[in-house]
Amino acid sequence: MSTTTITEVAAIRDTGRFRLLRSRDFPLVPVLIILTIALVAVFADFLAPHNPEVGKLAARFKPPFWMAGGSMTYPLGTDQLGRDMLSRLIFGARVSMVVGFTAVIFAGVVGTTLGIISGYMGGWVDQAIMRLTDAWLALPALTFAIFLAAIVGPSEMNIVIILALVYWTRYARIVRGEVLSLKEREFVRLAVVAGCSKWTIMRKHILPNVMNSAVVLASLMLGVVIVAEASLSFLGVGVPPPKPAWGLMLSDGKQGLMVGYWWLTVMPGLCIMLMVLSANLLGDWLRVKLDPQLRQL
Amino acid sequence: MSNSTLSYASSKAAPRAIRDIRPPLLELRNLSTHYVSQQGTRVVPAVDDVTLSIRPGETLGVVGESGSGKSTLALSILRVLPTAARIVNGQILFEGEDLVTKSDSEMRHVRGKRIAMILQDPMASLNPLFTIGNQVAESMRVHEGTRRRAAWQRAIELLKSVRIPSSETRVTQFPHEMSGGMRQRIVGAIGISCEPRLLIADEPTTSLDLTIQAQYLALLRDIQREHGLALIFITHNLGIVAKMCDQLAVMYAGRLVEYGPVERIFDNPVHPYTKALLNSIPRIDGMRQRLTAIEGQPPDMARLSPGCAFAARCPMAFDRCRVEAPPSVALEENRTARCWLAVPEPPRAAVGVA
Repeated sequence: MSTTTITEVAAIRDTGRFRLLRSRDFPLVPVLIILTIALVAVFADFLAPHNPEVGKLAARFKPPFWMAGGSMTYPLGTDQLGRDMLSRLIFGARVSMVVGFTAVIFAGVVGTTLGIISGYMGGWVDQAIMRLTDAWLALPALTFAIFLAAIVGPSEMNIVIILALVYWTRYARIVRGEVLSLKEREFVRLAVVAGCSKWTIMRKHILPNVMNSAVVLASLMLGVVIVAEASLSFLGVGVPPPKPAWGLMLSDGKQGLMVGYWWLTVMPGLCIMLMVLSANLLGDWLRVKLDPQLRQL
Repeated sequence: MSNSTLSYASSKAAPRAIRDIRPPLLELRNLSTHYVSQQGTRVVPAVDDVTLSIRPGETLGVVGESGSGKSTLALSILRVLPTAARIVNGQILFEGEDLVTKSDSEMRHVRGKRIAMILQDPMASLNPLFTIGNQVAESMRVHEGTRRRAAWQRAIELLKSVRIPSSETRVTQFPHEMSGGMRQRIVGAIGISCEPRLLIADEPTTSLDLTIQAQYLALLRDIQREHGLALIFITHNLGIVAKMCDQLAVMYAGRLVEYGPVERIFDNPVHPYTKALLNSIPRIDGMRQRLTAIEGQPPDMARLSPGCAFAARCPMAFDRCRVEAPPSVALEENRTARCWLAVPEPPRAAVGVA
């Protein structure tokens, strides 16, 4: 009882650096999961026991080590081409992370910029950008992505661009809304009255004030984008084959599911689920912490 | 009644009225700013045919009810009107140049540099994400291209000049670390940072408590004296006007109903609206009187009658007031009123019909 009170008092008094990280509802497990996946992605070359793209046909469909016929050579078994599942998952983490983060950042930059311009300039600029956003949002995201992928052809970089092009609209809308209220705030009006140009105001007074929302949205979008990448790969228009991507592995393994090779699909599925779940939990927490206005969304 | 009106105009052959022959710093000539609805069906004359002038170092008080066009007047001078509003007529002569015809980029060099403004809510006028120094320095960096370090030094001096203690440490702090009075003084410092010729203060003390208000007003006056800048003080507090201002402009429904030297107007208000305003402030000297409120509501600005806008509430209104808007009548040197009662030849019917 007394201990609780003391920690509570400490929590109230806590105004030091990193206090966000010390707060009691900090989502430690999700953050650890994301960090682990990120580290695995960075050090994939050192961690993976085998080459993820080359398999031994003699060692096809080996089960994970704890099952009959499994061995520690292939801890999580092998796929239909005899490639080591663990190594493929490790390298797949790299694809997911790279695609996920870059696409979210690209989309964020495009969407935030357009959102700020739209909200601040108003008038026909606003109309033009918002109608474009509406039209864009009317297209089903994944179908649109498949369509784009079919046009430009699959490659990791293309996927990033496609996902950024598909998802920028969400940033644009939310940021525009923020800007609309922000530009009526006194400090923005003071900047106008003090003779700052529109661009200076947008850069110095608007942008820093919408960054919170943009970051929160980015963390929530991370999960969406990773699933989208996996879906595109699953459908065969994502990351091109020998490269290991979780969605692609899922797709490759789906025939095996019926004949008992469950690890081919369950393993990458679990990875995707963990990653997305962690990203969403982190995003939710950030949303509540950083931006009370976004709570209604 | 009509005789006394006449005597307002003529009795005091003001000895002080001729003292100042310097050219005015800012001169508004028949300025009209209208808000136009998107379909163009509703036109609100927020500022209608306003003529006034202000000399260097002078303080002009602008009073009026909410919605009488005081703020729109200020925004018109700086040309920072909302999109629905535009200046439809008139001239804004500032140091001899007409601001109405200036391009947007030319106006940017006027704003903040030659005419600065303090907004209605200075408490919220600071960006929460930047340090005080950064924001005080911003204007100087924008307008004078001052180097970062020099601007920072100047920011410290400016904070000193608005009496912020230990300004060296204060410049590195953020707005939330300041008290309300301090933030307000900081906004004042931003206002004077580029040494403007004219400072427009739009109700700068409404969000402050009384002691801080008094301090702030004293500070503004000191700043004004030191820098010799002209001040336009928008308020609805006549007490402040009495203390601060040389000239007074009373606005009603977008029109300037009475304009002139403060003492003269306080002694001898001509327009019934000004009289009513003065009667609605409590006095601590002399007899206890009933405070008189002004009956009725301000008019719907989109549906003004062709007559005087105040006619419906005016105890002295007569027929002509309801059908024809009174012109601006020059009473004496530098003093005008917009009232039929001020016209030298008032119609005979005046007393009977009212």
